[in-house]
Amino acid sequence: MRLEAKIPGGSLAEKWGRFKDEARLVNPANKRRYEIIVVGAGLAGASVSATLGELGYAVKCFVYHDSPRRAHSIAAQGGINAAKDYPSDGDSVRRLFYDTIKGGDFRSREANVYRLAEVSVKIIDHCVAQGVPFAREYGGLLDNRSFGGAQVSRTFYARGQTGQQLLLGAYSALARQAGLGAVRSLTHSEMLDLVVVGGQAKGIIVRDLVTGELSRHAADAVVLATGGYGNLYNLSTYARNSNATAIWRAYQRGAAFANPCFTQIHPTCIPMSGDYQSKLTLMSESLRNDGRIWVPKQKGDRRPPARIPEQERDYYLERMYPSYGNLAPRDLSSRAAKRICDEGRGVGESGLGVYLDFAEAIGRLGADRIRERYGNLFDIYHEITDENAYEAPMRIYPAMHYTMGGLWVDYGLMSNLPGLFVLGEANFSDHGANRLGASALMQGLADGYFIAPHTISDYLATQRPEQRPGIDHAAFAEAEASVRERIQRLLSVRGQRTVASFHRQLGKIMWEHCGLARNAPGLERARGLIAELRDEFWRNVNVPGSAGGLNQSLERAGRVADYFELAELTCQDALHREESCGSHFREEHQYPDGEAKRDDEHFAYVAAWRHDGPDRPPVLLREPLAYEEVEFVQRSYK
Amino acid sequence: MRLRLRVWRQGQDGAAGGFRVYPTPELNPNMSFLEMLDVVNDELTLKGEEPIAFDHDCREGICGTCSLVIDGKPHGPRRGVATCQTYVRSFRDGDEVCIEPFRARAFPIVKDLVVIRKAFDRIIEAGGFISVRTGGAPDANSLPVAKDVAEMAMDAAQCIGCGACVAACKNASAMLFVAAKVSHLNLLPQGQPERERRVMAMVRQMDAEGFGNCTVTGSCEAVCPKNIGLEFIARMNREYAAALLKGKT
Repeated sequence: MRLEAKIPGGSLAEKWGRFKDEARLVNPANKRRYEIIVVGAGLAGASVSATLGELGYAVKCFVYHDSPRRAHSIAAQGGINAAKDYPSDGDSVRRLFYDTIKGGDFRSREANVYRLAEVSVKIIDHCVAQGVPFAREYGGLLDNRSFGGAQVSRTFYARGQTGQQLLLGAYSALARQAGLGAVRSLTHSEMLDLVVVGGQAKGIIVRDLVTGELSRHAADAVVLATGGYGNLYNLSTYARNSNATAIWRAYQRGAAFANPCFTQIHPTCIPMSGDYQSKLTLMSESLRNDGRIWVPKQKGDRRPPARIPEQERDYYLERMYPSYGNLAPRDLSSRAAKRICDEGRGVGESGLGVYLDFAEAIGRLGADRIRERYGNLFDIYHEITDENAYEAPMRIYPAMHYTMGGLWVDYGLMSNLPGLFVLGEANFSDHGANRLGASALMQGLADGYFIAPHTISDYLATQRPEQRPGIDHAAFAEAEASVRERIQRLLSVRGQRTVASFHRQLGKIMWEHCGLARNAPGLERARGLIAELRDEFWRNVNVPGSAGGLNQSLERAGRVADYFELAELTCQDALHREESCGSHFREEHQYPDGEAKRDDEHFAYVAAWRHDGPDRPPVLLREPLAYEEVEFVQRSYK
Repeated sequence: MRLRLRVWRQGQDGAAGGFRVYPTPELNPNMSFLEMLDVVNDELTLKGEEPIAFDHDCREGICGTCSLVIDGKPHGPRRGVATCQTYVRSFRDGDEVCIEPFRARAFPIVKDLVVIRKAFDRIIEAGGFISVRTGGAPDANSLPVAKDVAEMAMDAAQCIGCGACVAACKNASAMLFVAAKVSHLNLLPQGQPERERRVMAMVRQMDAEGFGNCTVTGSCEAVCPKNIGLEFIARMNREYAAALLKGKT
């Protein structure tokens, strides 16, 4: 089997226009006869549901939350990029495109990234029209700030709550369609399997988390916008219930999984404090606009930060990457922090932390200006650590944050299973081996508002709604039976260990061997450990309660069971990729100065893994990254 | 340190709920309140008892999923934070801590501490939006918004939809929630065309859901994890009165 990216012809600037010009259309009167399932209501899911509803399709939107407004897009703090060039500092679609390709270390698909930059400008227009209260200047026009990996100010923001405001915009559009009856919003509903009929995605199996009932839903197209899989590391900046079950079920039904080892570790999170910990909290990268990162020059210097004189401090990002300084991309900043702490120069009780210091900015701008820019972030920091960052520097450390890998999709965001569309963080398409800050919000909304509605219509025009398989089709019965069987298996083990203890152990294995730095023996070892742990899980997990009704232990058990398998695939992918690129740092492949050594000759491709049945190794499919207008160069931020 | 938890337990079989007391194991003061419940739940699981069901997700105070009335206060003892941002260090060693669900007729209890807040979605569906279709919006800078107006709209827009305002109110009124959304959109120039229609529709739906009336006790403001102020309720009352005087329904 070959993966066809189906990239339209023409120059990069012409491709998307050409796609839209040539896309097949559905007659307005026929649209309501098409059923579309959307799973997830984050930025991508809510925006695509609303837009498809506006177009006239019959949409059902499923979320596991009690309301579509709660998806984890809401937690994004810093901002959203767009090539508006309002500050006239030299930005353009081409520059945003190039920064994103370069930020991704030349492992993303050129045509997709160009399109992302192209539609970015429309996102801001649309969100402002919806009433998103972006930050403004005194003249009433929109304010911008800069973010990692860019030398222009192209980031729009709403205090430190940009994700929340964009999500509430998309949610309000979704709610409007729900009020009009165009979208059915189904809450407390978790997708547990994908139904494939004749090689095409035709429905899903859903568990009602309140009643425990399973239900079957048929559709002409299924859209997964279920986010990333970073929670397989247990401790992460993800919401506690974010999970990979929807994309993993799709993988097991034949959808290829691309670049699972491209997992982003964010440099500025609040350090870990104990074993009981359930999550790590991000401090927005926007803080690096004004905060300076440093550690003591001397190993083991335990003096309080205020007592360490200027000349005994090492502002290591400014030293290592003079032209980008504290705004070096996330992968480089995270690795630098790890290296510094490995040298024994880390700060805080555990030695796993570096300072993010605002003293200089407060001196230059005043505390009020800093409060206006980052007030809520300083508050969050205070709540968690009981420390005041206006007076002493923050302590930060890298944490698992985002997954660039995900289900493989073509240019139209459709997986290799026709009819299955994958949007936002759940797909792999735009960020290559490393995502730049403020680009996830851009991608989620680009996919949902401006790209998928066109590409889904193009696909639906080939489908006949009257021929859509009904929920009494054998494939639905089989999928429902397999979900039921799996639930019963989880409940019948009645072992000695909690789900949480397995999740913690899995997370530790992954962080240690498949985290910031990876090597072949470590990855081999991790695979063995994960297989053992997975085996023990199915013999010794304790899932109390029953399948009828609300059972949070059962929900988590199902998700963790999927993480074992996905973790194994992630390690396998990391092992096979014998190069360092972006977030994927193989210790065997580095330059003497510790920078990543990419191997374009052998690894300039998307690694898409296809499930080949239980107990058989997955099959590796390669999509070569043939760039038409960009040249592969070594990334430099020096 | 250790605490004694008095927790509301209620099954899904329709039987009446009641309090049960659970002593905690040794706790680290830097644990979050929800992490403490995780630890207690792990113990219950290993003892063969059903863990306590409670709502939570982002655990960083922004998704609005977590709830809980802790010692009589929605979201616990500290002002301006959600339950998930409450830490064990806010209590003293040996304290007995009472944990209940949000209680309001419009928020039915599912089980233990989990309630349904769909009524809030239906209020937004009735009018909590600006009716723009995707595509065709004018350039974002074609409509300047004065900075103070944008900031005030943002103050209101911060609402996380958790429902603590309802749980704190003796009338189970949702006025603060509705007022925050009405104010956010009605303050902005983009929200003007639907200004009256919006406030009338949202208030009508709020009443239909069975939320009570506002008697301005201010308990909502006192527990709001985003410190959304009563002045927005005053603003909404003005919006409502103005719409009524114009004969809007």
